[in-house]
Amino acid sequence: MAESYLIENGLVVDPSQNIDRVMRVLIHDGVVAALDPTDGFLPPDCIRIDARDCVVAPGLVDLGAELGEPGYEEDEEILSGAMAALAGGFTSIACSAYTDPPIDTAAAVEFVRQKAAKADKCRVHVIGCVSKGREGNELSEIGSLVEAGAVALSDAPRPLSNTALLRRALEYCLMFDKPIIDHPEVRSLTRGGVMHEGMTQLKLALAPIPAEAEDLATSRDLRMLETTGGKLHLSCISTEGSVELVRRNKARGVQVSVGIRVANLCMNDEKLLSFDSNLKVNPPLRSQEHIDNCLEAVDDGTIDVISAGHQPRSMEKKMQELDAAPFGATSLDTALSQLINDLILPGKLSWSRAIECMSTNPAKVLGLNAGSLAVGRPADLVLIDPKQQWTVSLGELHSRSQNTPLLGQPLTGRTRQVWVGGKLKYGGQ
Amino acid sequence: MSDSTEELLQLAEKWNHPHLLDLESLSAEDITVLLDTAETIIKATSGPESDRKLSLLRGKTIANLFFENSTRTKNSFSLAAKRMGADTIEFSSSGSSVAKGETFIDTAKTIEAMGIDGVVTRHSTPGTSHLLAQHLDCSVLNAGDGPHEHPTQGLLDILTIRQQRGSIDGLTVALVGDIAHSRTARSNIWGLKKLGAHVIVCGPATLVSKKWEQLGVEVSYSLDEILPKCDVLNLLRIQFERQATRPFPSVREYALLYAMNAERMKRSKEDILIMAPGPINRGVEITPEVADGPHSVILQQVSNGVAIRMAALWLLLNRSQTAQS
Repeated sequence: MAESYLIENGLVVDPSQNIDRVMRVLIHDGVVAALDPTDGFLPPDCIRIDARDCVVAPGLVDLGAELGEPGYEEDEEILSGAMAALAGGFTSIACSAYTDPPIDTAAAVEFVRQKAAKADKCRVHVIGCVSKGREGNELSEIGSLVEAGAVALSDAPRPLSNTALLRRALEYCLMFDKPIIDHPEVRSLTRGGVMHEGMTQLKLALAPIPAEAEDLATSRDLRMLETTGGKLHLSCISTEGSVELVRRNKARGVQVSVGIRVANLCMNDEKLLSFDSNLKVNPPLRSQEHIDNCLEAVDDGTIDVISAGHQPRSMEKKMQELDAAPFGATSLDTALSQLINDLILPGKLSWSRAIECMSTNPAKVLGLNAGSLAVGRPADLVLIDPKQQWTVSLGELHSRSQNTPLLGQPLTGRTRQVWVGGKLKYGGQ
Repeated sequence: MSDSTEELLQLAEKWNHPHLLDLESLSAEDITVLLDTAETIIKATSGPESDRKLSLLRGKTIANLFFENSTRTKNSFSLAAKRMGADTIEFSSSGSSVAKGETFIDTAKTIEAMGIDGVVTRHSTPGTSHLLAQHLDCSVLNAGDGPHEHPTQGLLDILTIRQQRGSIDGLTVALVGDIAHSRTARSNIWGLKKLGAHVIVCGPATLVSKKWEQLGVEVSYSLDEILPKCDVLNLLRIQFERQATRPFPSVREYALLYAMNAERMKRSKEDILIMAPGPINRGVEITPEVADGPHSVILQQVSNGVAIRMAALWLLLNRSQTAQS
């Protein structure tokens, strides 16, 4: 018989219903059975969870986590990645097509789905490649990928550099109502680049990644979307220029959704003064001016989604000179905590906006039945203790890789418990 | 104990850094200690009676880890170590060590495990010496990390100016050429500014941008404009190897705009100092009659290089000696 839980005394934050107050949530039969039920309504064997001083929210949804399998098992496996996701408060993640071989066939989609089912942690959805081999030349068999269960199409972290292909993909996807996810970047301007072009970069003399490389690609993507219609999500914008372009285009009615990574909201380029290769991420950590603009854009709704940007890389790959070290940081474990610690607790971001950007909106982008605690919806919930203090250390991370710039850093705020489909998947009772 | 040894020990007392990675993080006092140490070493080793060797670092072993081609700097460091009485081991790898399946950090750790007191390192990527300093227990001395910094080059340039002029304070020093890709420029800027100089960076707009003004330097695209007010010109080599797209149309045009030649010498201050970190491209940034002329201190820079490196090794390794005892 399915377990029932009554989560009480917690601050329920559910932007999908404009809820932001202390109330009771009843989980029964795998779904949200009732909000603020009377005692007479409770099942007799209902387990009571005291959520005093905690936040109860729909489980977080991530739009593109690299899970390593197949091909990069030294970085991550679906099991370890899904475990890291749970620990970070995510109940649904979309697995990036950055695998070897890439996820460009129905069989590859099926492989990930089976592995995820076997892992039995959070829900794992699959992103298929836009192009065959993720090479950016010919369309992959998008129809077959969607048939097999792909929820979106993307070549990320590789940008869709070929504009003709982008156009074809947007047009072709009109038949399937699935979003194309692009990482906006003009590669000819960023080749060899290590960090954001600016004063810190000028001092350190590391190869530059100019903000314009993102602005130009964002501009092109938006223009193309306006022509074709369809669904386009820009996975990770990070510049003042991109924000302005998106804001203007949304005002004109262009139906685009855009995301930003937690790292690009919480850390600026001056961090690179330590030369820590774990800070080598793409989009690069920008200057504070860009960050302030992006924060404003999260606040005013220009930016829809905040994502973890999970890119695990094994120690041996990262323990290299900055030129040679690959981009990426492992972040499913820490994204929510970093956001709470750096933005929510200092009052720069509200809980409801944070949950909207990390749960409600990403679920909408992928068309998932998630991101809401409305009665009858799947009971995917996260219980967050905003006061819990912890220190990011190797033993605390569930990801197979430890490439995080946060190692050794104390954070306040952490996932306490996670339910997926009404089952308690993380944290004891 | 000789007077100079006594003096060197006193100078070492004033030094408290385990590594020499850049000039940006040093204070004016730190830089002065390094310059004074080099002067003391020069005095002690250059008299007609004196031995060129000091032997103060006898028993110490220094590894030269060069992951980028170098002849001049590497020889200068080797000689400096030998003149201080230390043993050296040489490691060169022009390609990436990763190609052999080993990270450069592992390479360095392997060599450190042989019983090394100090590592002198050069690499094409900025920050590599900082990374080594984080991973190794011994002292690390940066002999050039890509276009980022080359602290001993900055120091030897500054020492040369100080020998000629007595002080740096109030001088106008122009760095001319490929500023963007120059570690020498960055180290010179930090060092010179801390000691009170007015620094001008001058070169084609593709190799120096107005952004550099935020470092507290003057930016100029015209050598002819700044020439009359310069006390020192440091002519940087064009780093052809560091550039993806060519930053100027031709060498001929570069020379036309920026080469220091006899005609430009006439329009300079009478006591102008001409410097070049080398290797020099004769006919590009400097013509032979200027390079070999009376205002040129290029060879003095080279000999000062050995003294500065002896000084740096002394301050770093003497320190570790006292720390251990």
